[in-house]
Amino acid sequence: MPVASFHIISGNIIDSMMGIRGLQVVSTHMMYFLGGAVLTLEITVLSILIGMALGLVAALSKISGLKPLVWLATVYIDFFRGTPLFVQILLIYFGVLPMILPDSSNFTAAVIACSLNSGAYVAEIVRAGIQAVDRGQMEAARSLGMSNRQAMWHVILPQAYKIVIPPLINEFIAVLKDTSLVAVIAAEELTLRGKLLYSTTFEAAWIWGTVAMIYFIMTKTLSVLGDWVERRLANE
Amino acid sequence: MIDIRDLHKHFGKLEVLKGINCHVKPSEVVCVIGPSGSGKSTLLRCINHLESPDAGQIVIDGQELTHHQTDINTVRQKVGMVFQLFNLFPHKTTLENITMAPLIIKGMARDQAEELARELLRKVGLMDKINVYPAQLSGGQKQRVAIARALAMQPKIMLFDEPTSALDPEMVGEVLAVMKDLAIEGMTMVVVTHEMGFAREVGDRVIFMDEGVIMEEGLPENIFSNPRNPRTQSFLSKVLQV
Repeated sequence: MPVASFHIISGNIIDSMMGIRGLQVVSTHMMYFLGGAVLTLEITVLSILIGMALGLVAALSKISGLKPLVWLATVYIDFFRGTPLFVQILLIYFGVLPMILPDSSNFTAAVIACSLNSGAYVAEIVRAGIQAVDRGQMEAARSLGMSNRQAMWHVILPQAYKIVIPPLINEFIAVLKDTSLVAVIAAEELTLRGKLLYSTTFEAAWIWGTVAMIYFIMTKTLSVLGDWVERRLANE
Repeated sequence: MIDIRDLHKHFGKLEVLKGINCHVKPSEVVCVIGPSGSGKSTLLRCINHLESPDAGQIVIDGQELTHHQTDINTVRQKVGMVFQLFNLFPHKTTLENITMAPLIIKGMARDQAEELARELLRKVGLMDKINVYPAQLSGGQKQRVAIARALAMQPKIMLFDEPTSALDPEMVGEVLAVMKDLAIEGMTMVVVTHEMGFAREVGDRVIFMDEGVIMEEGLPENIFSNPRNPRTQSFLSKVLQV
């Protein structure tokens, strides 16, 4: 028995050194990786969309000047920017969700955690963008008789969004990468699939190299898209 | 039309307006002159509540602006404002800049708003710039669009906050000409300006402000040829010297 296992291991080592077995493992599991990447993308897209809505509401609350709203938004932003996402995921999946939504899946928990976290960062990006719009714009809109809300919607936000796009793209890239943390609650996205495959094959370099490459292709696509949007806005 | 009583305004510890009393009749053109920091722009900005006064009363067309139950937005619709730095909406074309407020606030039909905008652009001589963005306009053109934008709400009063101070000298004339046309049509106007020629020619009354108070007011010819207050004398001697 010890002899047999020695042979298997030594065989592995030789194959691994030549890279043949690793290449085989990775190529035969490519669809498995891509399936994980799809889940990564699903969590990312949902979290970005929900995070943007949350962030916009939080940013507008923070600049509304209404005490309770300002307070709520500040607490929200401070908490989610001031604690690690890893801890937030654990807290939400094991701590909070079982109390309010006992049947929720790890996917739901992952989206909720990433959305809440991203929303806090988006809020600060949006707030900075709104405040970067010249004060005269608000005054001109108000002097015509627009309400604060009308001025915000028709005059300030359409100008703020151009300022906000580059940092938002950055934030989207960060969200995409941060979804790897939800592996800890067994959401079978790209990183967890890498880990599972590693634990049965031990092809660390090949597996993690492939995982990294797939992440990189996704983030690079996002940033190229961002550059294109930025150029189009500049020409407007 | 505008009635201001004992108006006070502080910025921190600095008292910018120290009890202003002022009355503007319908169709009157009042020019406010004075050194910078005298409070003239603050006074103008109080009239449409871009600054909220600390004490005193402002009544516009029978509505008390300083009363807490007054809907400031409806009062502002009667008061057009033109800014030193134009403040056109850069993401909108000339036409959209002008139609925006009537469309959004009054719920005017689009073709009606656009017809109104065309009429106003003809008036300020910019029909050829109707589909252009503000970035492609000269300073004088921007300011004329800004005037048209304010007029699109069909205000009863127009406030001008140093409308030509940010312009190249050769563009001052075209803006003043538009303002003069407005005055002739009977618009009630309050103009904060350094253009003494305009104040003298178009103004029905000139107010000289310094250090937050109205030092002297009267007919333009009296103020310019025969100022009684020593501060007015020294200010005018410096400005008119050139």
